[in-house]
This record gives sequence, structure tokens and C-alpha cells, in this order.
Amino acid sequence: MKQKKTRILVSKLGLDGHDRGAKLVAHSLRQAGLDVIYLGIRHTIPEVVDLAIREEVDYLGLSFLSGDHMTLVPKVITEIRERHAGDIGIIVGGIILKSQVPELEAMGVQQVFLPGTPLSDIETYIKENSLTQPA
Amino acid sequence: MILKDRLEGSPERRDAFTTESGIPVKRLYTPLDLEQTDYVSDIGFPGDFPYTRGVYPTMYRGRLWTTRMYAGFGTPEDTNQRFRYLLEGGMRGLSMAFDLPTQLGYDSDDPIAAGSVGRVGVAVDSLDDMETIFHGIPLDQVSTSMTINAPATVLLAMYIAVAEKQGVPPEKLAGTTQNDILKEFIARGTYIFPPAPSMKLAMDVVEYCFKNLPKWNTMSITGYHIREAGADAVQELAFTLANAIAYIEAAKSRGLDVDDFASRLSYSLGCHRDLFEEVAKFRASRRLFAKIMKERFAAKDAKSYLFRTFSGSCGSTLVAQQPLNNTVRITLHALMSILGGHQAIHTASWDEGHALPSEEASRLSLRTQQILANESGLCNTIDPLAGSYYVESLTSEIARRAASCLQEIDKQGGMLKAIESGYVAGEIQRSSLRLQQAIETGEKVIVGVNEYVEDEEEDQEEYLQIDQKIDAEQSEKLATIKAGRDSSAVAKALNALEKAIDRDQNLMPPTIDAVKSYATVGEICGVMRNKWGEFRDTSFS
Repeated sequence: MKQKKTRILVSKLGLDGHDRGAKLVAHSLRQAGLDVIYLGIRHTIPEVVDLAIREEVDYLGLSFLSGDHMTLVPKVITEIRERHAGDIGIIVGGIILKSQVPELEAMGVQQVFLPGTPLSDIETYIKENSLTQPA
Repeated sequence: MILKDRLEGSPERRDAFTTESGIPVKRLYTPLDLEQTDYVSDIGFPGDFPYTRGVYPTMYRGRLWTTRMYAGFGTPEDTNQRFRYLLEGGMRGLSMAFDLPTQLGYDSDDPIAAGSVGRVGVAVDSLDDMETIFHGIPLDQVSTSMTINAPATVLLAMYIAVAEKQGVPPEKLAGTTQNDILKEFIARGTYIFPPAPSMKLAMDVVEYCFKNLPKWNTMSITGYHIREAGADAVQELAFTLANAIAYIEAAKSRGLDVDDFASRLSYSLGCHRDLFEEVAKFRASRRLFAKIMKERFAAKDAKSYLFRTFSGSCGSTLVAQQPLNNTVRITLHALMSILGGHQAIHTASWDEGHALPSEEASRLSLRTQQILANESGLCNTIDPLAGSYYVESLTSEIARRAASCLQEIDKQGGMLKAIESGYVAGEIQRSSLRLQQAIETGEKVIVGVNEYVEDEEEDQEEYLQIDQKIDAEQSEKLATIKAGRDSSAVAKALNALEKAIDRDQNLMPPTIDAVKSYATVGEICGVMRNKWGEFRDTSFS
């Protein structure tokens, strides 16, 4: 039986335009054989969660470089839960302090990638943790 | 032959050496490498065409650069305090960062601003905030550089209005509005309106300042963000110049003479990792620009030829791991800036891999520039790397490569077309990927990231954290301002702005009237959003 490729939606929320990292992650995951939807910058939480549900993604990857993650991530989690989409894994990366990681995990973030993380680590993480197999 | 024999017994660390941007670097440079470079027509003398050695005849022997630290965060009160602190510490120019809601034309109480108020810069909603920021700072005695683009007309209008209240006439105002909207579309992402009305607004500033603020630098055409988005040194230079060409053409089509406004444009470039490449880039930029102004635009005034620059540490070269190491990287940024002959220099702070700079880190960074300026002997002679076989050869090579990139853009019908077609974004993405791969494979060593890594690093305690209460505080203040202003005057001013848009007039005068009525950034930009709509980028998917 042919299994579905792991699918991830990569996006940025709010007003931050720093998209270099998000684009690199999207590109490298696509190269690694994942099904990647890259949404780009300046999206609202309902927009992103909506698309994630509609596209039946396995992961939602969010990139933060302007210090707004501690405000926006809890709202994402709430939105996801309210819409009964708790099976979507939330992955967060960007300029995040190490000391904030436990708090983000407690909110329900599945994995946090700190500055300097090699792209290959992100690929490996997703491949190892996916229920569905990448092609 | 003898040399070859000797080299065979002396293997090198790598098969090939390149600059950060991938330009091949030879083992050794000799006078043979300068055979294509003519001293007078390519290098010349400082203050003389083609300005490779510097835009002024005496450079740092006459006057040191302006130490311009990018600051501004949190509330207007916080920023006022930081500005006064920096001015007391000997800084001569202010550089202002605005938060994202302000940069995107939203007020602090807009739902989309949640979490972004006061984060990456100061929150400005109404003229009241601008009055607070410059409280006790006479605007005829400082120069202020504002990193503002899409709503540049609004923030400049506020600055003019604050000055007026201080009794300072517009002609005495010195400073810069970044006002470089094209690089927002290709790199920084802080655009609001579609390209055509965006260009109109940018040109309104140029035209208005030409007539009313003779000392104002109307645009800082910026390569820095293009580099930070992933471009290499050559692309950074070429795309910056391509943007400049597009603006100059737009201003000319408004009937301005190139010599009337070209001298009020300033430029900014990033300082990356490769010292010689960066110095060569700075030297090449002056040469190439002067030739463009002379040959393409037939500028006659020598001031139009000057590529006056502000350099900034590329934040992407700073590393979150072992963050104190960044002080060394920042010292190199300052060194390459000085050797590159910039008119203003920004150095980042060591904690910026994690957060906005703390006061202490920001002071260290300022002191770094002062130590290099005063203790090192770097400023005793002009352009000290000139004549280096390597640096001269690399300068010519970067100029040659950037010129060929400009030819490609011309072939595509100019920069607006090249942006719209996705060519520019694609080129940047290609370089961004190349550099990232070099880091991932270890071909490019970054200390603390892919080599010399230390385990179990803990966060430093002193990172600046913005108080989460700021959203509410700023919104409350805004509510008070709105309650206390004359709402019919606001409505009238906004209406006049709308009419000026319909008549395609310069929007600076009605915008100045609007800010004086305490109409907010969100209200003023709202009028323009209604008229022009918003831009959505779909170039990468």
C-alpha cells in the first residue's frame, strides 16, 4: 500500500517579514521528499490553522524572529484545540531563548528549534517522528 | 617551474579557496593582477571621480564617521530615555527603529498588532508619541535616521510637526528617511501598498524634501536587507544599484533634474563575514555608482556622483551560541566599515543573536567603534588597503560582476520588472541556499555553530525582554489621545488626504496637516489602504 507523504505547512504569523529561515526550511524539507506548503509572511492565526486543517497537514511549522512567539503560540494552540485539530504537530523555530523552550512545550508545542539548528536536524526530526512515511 | 616543484611538497588545506560570495581566490596576487585596472580611471584619488578611495578628499582625517546606533524599542518613553543616554555618551546621530505595527501602518490597538507592539522598535501611533520620543532633544542639533518605508510620509510628517512645535524650521532638519520601498518587496517584507502607489509615496518624500527640507536625506537605498535575506556581496551591490536606478528614473519622470536630488540620496550596505570581500565591495560600490551617474544619467554636479554610505553589522552573522564571541565579529564589522570608508557606521551588539540589545551591550558596541577610531591608527591615512594586489583585484572583480548583473536586469526591462517576475527573489534564494549548505556541510566554519561547539549552554540572564504589558499601555494611551482630540478636525484632515490622493497630488502637505490633528498612523494609512489596496506576495510558494 502506498502511504501518504508527510505533509507540512510552513508559515509566518503576524507582522514579521524575516522569511529567510522559513524559506530555507521549506526548501530543504521539500528536497528531503516531504510535501511542503509554504504560505509565506503576514498571515493571521485563523488563516493558517484553517489551511492546515483543510490541507490535512501532519505538521504546522512556524518561524518567529521578532519576539512575538510567546504571545502568538498560545493563540495558535487554542485555535487548533477549538477546532479539534490537535493531531497537527506544532513545530516552532527562530530567535527563541533556550529558557522559553519548556514553557512553549508546556503550551503544547511538539518541538522547538533554536538558532543555529542545522536544516538536516529538522528533516531528521520530522522523518523520525512521522506516522506517515515520506516517499 | 622551481615554484611548482616547491608547491608540490606543500599541500594546501583545501582544493579551492573562495570568498564568502564564492569568488575564486588565488594563492597569491601580484602586479600582474592589476594589469586591467587603470589607476586614474578606476581607482583615482579620494574626493575625485570615480571615488573608489572615498567620497571626500580628507575622509577620516577631516572628520570621523557618525557613530549611528540603531535604537528604539518599547514605549516612546523608553526610546526617549535610550536616545538621551546615547547622546550623553557621545553619539552624534540618532537611528530610529519602529515596531512592526508602525512600519505596516497599524495602530497599537489593532488586533493584528497583538504581540508586536514595541517589539522590534518603538510604537508610534500619533504625534503625541513622537513628541514624547524627542522630548528634551532639540531637533536642530541632532540628525535622525528613521528606518521607515511604506508609511515614510507619515513619520516624516510627524518629525516635521514636532520640530515646528520646538520652533525648529524644516530647513534646519537633518536626517534620513529610509524610504526605500523596492527592497521591501524583494527582501524585507514590510510593504503595505502595491508597487505603483508605493513608488508614488517614496517620490512624494523626495520631491517634498527637495523643496522644503534641503538637509534631509530623502532615501537610504539599502543593500543591507537584501544581504540579510540571503543575497551574496555581488547581488547586494547590484540590486541596491538597480533600485537606485529605478528611483532616479522615477524622480526624473516627475520633472526633477538628477542633480537636484541625487545628492540627497544615501546608501547603506551590510558588513558580513569576509573582511577583504566586504572592503572590496564598498570600494567597488563607489566606483560603479559614480560611473552610472556619469554615464547613464549624465549628472553634472560632482555631489551627484557620491555614494555616501551607512554600514551596518549583518545580524545574520551573529551567533546565538557562545554569544560573547559576537564582540569579536562586531569588531571585525567595525574594522571593515572603517577600511571601507563609510560616512556612518552601525555596529550590532553581542546579544543580538537572541534579543534586542541591552543597554550595556549597546554601549560596548559604541565603545568598539570609539576604540578603533581613536586608539588603532586606522584613521590616520585614507583607504589604507588601496594598492593591495588582492584588494584592488577583488574590487575590480566585484565591480565587473555587479555590472553584469545590472546588465541582466536592464535586459529584463528594469528592476520593477525583475522584481515582479520573481527573478530577484530567485537569485537571492539561490545564494541563501548555497551559504546554508556550506555551513551544513562544514565547508564554512562558524565558531560555536558547526565547530568548537560547547554543550549545555545556558541563557545569559541579562537579555532584554520587552514587558508584555506594553500592548495594553500603548493602547490605553491611544484611547486617551483619541478622546482628547478634535474629531471633526481629524475627519476633515483625513478627507483632505483622500482628495489629494484622487487628484494625484503630493501627499506630504495633507499628511502633515493630518498628523497635526493627531490622526493616527493607522487612520492615515487606512485612507491609503482604502484607495490603493494592499500588496500580497505570491512569488515563492
